[in-house]
Amino acid sequence: MLILMPAAAIAWKAVLAGTPEQSPNYTMSEHWWGMLIDIPKCIGCGNCVRACATENDVPDGYFRTWVERYHVSDEDMTNPEVISPDGGKEGFPVAAEDDKKYFFVPKMCNHCADSPCTQVCPVGATFISPDGVVLIDQKYCLGCAYCVQACPYGCRYINPQKETAEKCTLCYHRITQGLTTACCEACPTGARQLVDLKDPKDPIHEFLKTHSVEVLKPQMATGAKAFYNGLDGSVR
Amino acid sequence: MSKFKDAGHLFRFAGLFVLLFVVFLVVRHFVVPKSFGKYGHYRADAIGEVAAHPAKFAGHETCEACHSDVADKKGKGKHAHVNCEACHGALVKVLPAPPPPTPNLYERMVALVIKPMPVDPPVLRHAEDPASVVPELPDTTVLCARCHTASAAKPKGFPQVVPADHSNGLACKTCHDPHSPAMDAGGTK
Amino acid sequence: MNGVEGFMYPNEIALQWSVLIVLYPFITGLVAGAFILASLERVFRVEAVKPTYRLALLTALAFLLDAPLPLQLHLGHPERSPEMYFTPHSTSAMAMFGYVYLWYLMAVLVLEIWLDYRKDIVLWSQESKGSLRIVYKIMTLGSSNISEKALAVDERVGWIVTIIGIPSAFLLHGYVGFIFGSIKANPWWSSPLMPVVFIFSAMVSGIAAVMLLYMGVTKLRHHTIDVKCVDAIAMYLFYIFIIDFSLEMIDLIHRIYEADESFRSLNFLVHTQLYIPHIVIQICLGTLTPLILLGITQVVKLPEIVRKRMYTVAGSLALIGIFAMRWNVVIGGQLFSKSFLGYTTYKIHLVSKEGLLAAIGLTILPFIFLWVLVKLLPPWPDTNIHKAAAAAD
Repeated sequence: MLILMPAAAIAWKAVLAGTPEQSPNYTMSEHWWGMLIDIPKCIGCGNCVRACATENDVPDGYFRTWVERYHVSDEDMTNPEVISPDGGKEGFPVAAEDDKKYFFVPKMCNHCADSPCTQVCPVGATFISPDGVVLIDQKYCLGCAYCVQACPYGCRYINPQKETAEKCTLCYHRITQGLTTACCEACPTGARQLVDLKDPKDPIHEFLKTHSVEVLKPQMATGAKAFYNGLDGSVR
Repeated sequence: MSKFKDAGHLFRFAGLFVLLFVVFLVVRHFVVPKSFGKYGHYRADAIGEVAAHPAKFAGHETCEACHSDVADKKGKGKHAHVNCEACHGALVKVLPAPPPPTPNLYERMVALVIKPMPVDPPVLRHAEDPASVVPELPDTTVLCARCHTASAAKPKGFPQVVPADHSNGLACKTCHDPHSPAMDAGGTK
Repeated sequence: MNGVEGFMYPNEIALQWSVLIVLYPFITGLVAGAFILASLERVFRVEAVKPTYRLALLTALAFLLDAPLPLQLHLGHPERSPEMYFTPHSTSAMAMFGYVYLWYLMAVLVLEIWLDYRKDIVLWSQESKGSLRIVYKIMTLGSSNISEKALAVDERVGWIVTIIGIPSAFLLHGYVGFIFGSIKANPWWSSPLMPVVFIFSAMVSGIAAVMLLYMGVTKLRHHTIDVKCVDAIAMYLFYIFIIDFSLEMIDLIHRIYEADESFRSLNFLVHTQLYIPHIVIQICLGTLTPLILLGITQVVKLPEIVRKRMYTVAGSLALIGIFAMRWNVVIGGQLFSKSFLGYTTYKIHLVSKEGLLAAIGLTILPFIFLWVLVKLLPPWPDTNIHKAAAAAD
C-alpha cells in the first residue's frame, strides 16, 4: 500500500501529461484500415518480421508479426506440419521436394472489428480506434494479460521491459502520415498490402470482387480485417 | 422513533459508506484522464501517443526523392516492386540513450517495486542527414540468398537457385545488378 | 524449442497466467464456500452447524483479505489497479472484480461479522485495556447500544445481509468462472458450465476447509469436537460434492462425445502432461476417493473416531482435488496451442514475483490473518469470552 500509492501518483502524472499533435492532414473517420495477405506470393524470406522488429522495437523472442510454414499432405489436411523458427525472422530452412505441399502464411494482428481482446480489457487500455486499428494505451495498461488470453490468433504478448500488453499497431504512426506499414514496405513480392476499406480508389475493392478471400478462424466471428487470398483449409 | 434509536449504530455504518463513496467520487473527478470516453471507453489521447512513435523506415518515396537514377533503373527491371529498404534496411542509427533525469525520493522508492517505463532512444536518419548515417551495402551472398535460395516450400514461379551450384561461391553482384538483376535485360555488370 | 512439442504460435510459448492465478480462484472459492456454510445456520436454520458459524465467517474474511494479493503480484502495473474502480470496462468480467470484492468485503462479510459480534465488541471495549481497548472502541463505531431491541435489529438486519450474501458469494466466485468461461479463443475454458462448476467446487473447498479448521483448532485447544456438527457438515459436503462431480462429468462426456476440433489436442494433453494433475490427483484422489469415503459414512453407522478420521482424510483430499481443478483449468488451458498443433510446458520458478515461494507464502498468509482475527474476535461457542461473564460464574 505504502509503495503503491506514490507509484500510482507518479504513473498518473504520465497519464495526465499533454499528448502530441496528430498529423494535420489525417482525419480518422475517412479511413477503415485492414491488410491483404496474398499467400501464393509469400516466399518466406522473413523481411516483414525483421522490418517490424526494427520499426517497432519488438523485443527478442516476441512477435508482432511472424511467418508460418505449412507442410500439408493431401490425405490429411487436419494434421499439417507447421514450423515458425524464431517467427521466421531469419527465413526458413531449405525444404526438400516431396509429395506434400508447402506454403507460407504470414500472421499478424487481424485488427478485428468485433475484437474479443478489447471486449475483455478491464480498464479500457485496448480499444479500436475510429479508423479501425486496434491499439493499446501503454500508459493505462495494467499488464493483466487477459487480452493475451482472449486473442484467438495469438498475436499479443506482454513486453518484458514495459510489463504491458503489446501487439501489431498496423504501424499506426506510419499510416497516419501517408506511409505504408513497415512489413509492407519490406515485403519484396507484394504478399502483404495495406488496405483502406473506406477509400474507393483502394485496389482491395477490385481484388475482393475477383478473388476468393478468407479471414482466419471465421467461426470466431471476430470481424477480422486481415484478408487472406489463397488460404488453404489446413491453416490454423 | 425508538426504533431508530436502537438502529443508530447501523446509521453509523451506513454513514461510513456514504463518506467513502463521496471521497471516491471526488478523487475520481480529478483522476480520470480528461480525454477518457471521447471516442469510446478509452483514453482518446492514447491515439495521438501511438501516432507519435518515431518511424525508422523512411519509405521508398523518400529514397527516390534523392536517388531518382537508381529508382528509374529499378522501375524498369524485375525488382521494380522491391522497395529500397527491403534490402538496404531502415537507414537509422540508434544513438545511446541519454542518462535519465535523477529520480526523486518517491520515484526511487517506486522503482524498487515497479520498473520505470523505457523511453525511445534518439535516432539519426539518413534521409534527414545523409552524412550522419552511411548505409552499409549489404553482402549480396547472404542477402540475395534469403529470397532466392531454392526451396520446395517457395512458390514454383518464383526465381530460385541453389547458390552453390549456381554461382560456385561467387557474390551474386559479380554478375547481377541488384537494382535490375535480370541478365537478359541488360542488367549485368 | 525449450519444452515445446509440435507447433505453437510464437507468442503462446510462455504461459501468461501463473500459479498465482491458480491460487486466486482457490482462495475466493474458500471464501464463498465458507460463507455458504455460515449461511446454512443463519438462513436455513441448520442448528447442527452452529458451532462453526463464527469460525466460518472469520475464515472467509481472512481469505478475502488475502485474495487480491496474488493478483497484485501478477499485474505488470499494480499501481494502476485503481483504474478498475475509476474506469471499469462494462464488457469485461474482470472489471467487476473491484466492485464485487468491495461489496462483498464491506456490505456482506464485514457487516455480518460486525452485527454478529457487536454485543461482544461493545463488552470488550469496556473490559480490555491499552491499545486493544482503542481497537475495540473504533470497532463499535462509537455506539454502545446493546439493548434487547438493538440486538434484535442486528439479528434481523444480519439475516437480510446473509440472504443478500448468498448471491453475492456466488457472484464473487462465479465471475471468476465467467472470466474463463467467456473466452471463445480457448476451448478448454469456453463453456457456460464454467461459472457453475467454479461455484460448486468453491462450496466443496470452503466447507471442507472450515470443517478441517474446526476439527483441527478445537483439538489444538484441547476441547471436544461437536460430532453432530461435523456429521452435518460432512453430509452437506457430500451432497454438494456429488453435484460438483456431476457437472464436471457432464462437461467431460460432452467434450468426448462432440469431439470438435479442439478435442484431439485436449485429449492428448489429458493423457500426457495433465494425466497426473487431472486424472490422478483431481479425479481419482481429489474427487472419487473423498466421495467414496463420505458416502460410506452416510450409509454405514461407524464409530465416532472412525468417522472423524474419514472426514479429515476426505476433507484434505477434497481441498487438494479442488486446487488441482483450478490448476488444470488455468495452467492446463495454456499448455496447448490455439492452433491445436502443439503443446508447451509450464516452468514454475522458485524465487520470483510469481514463483512457488510466493504462492506458498500467499497460502500461509490467510492463516496468519485468521490467527489475528481469532485472537481479536474469538469464535468459540464453548468458552466464556467475557471477563464479566466468567466472574459471574
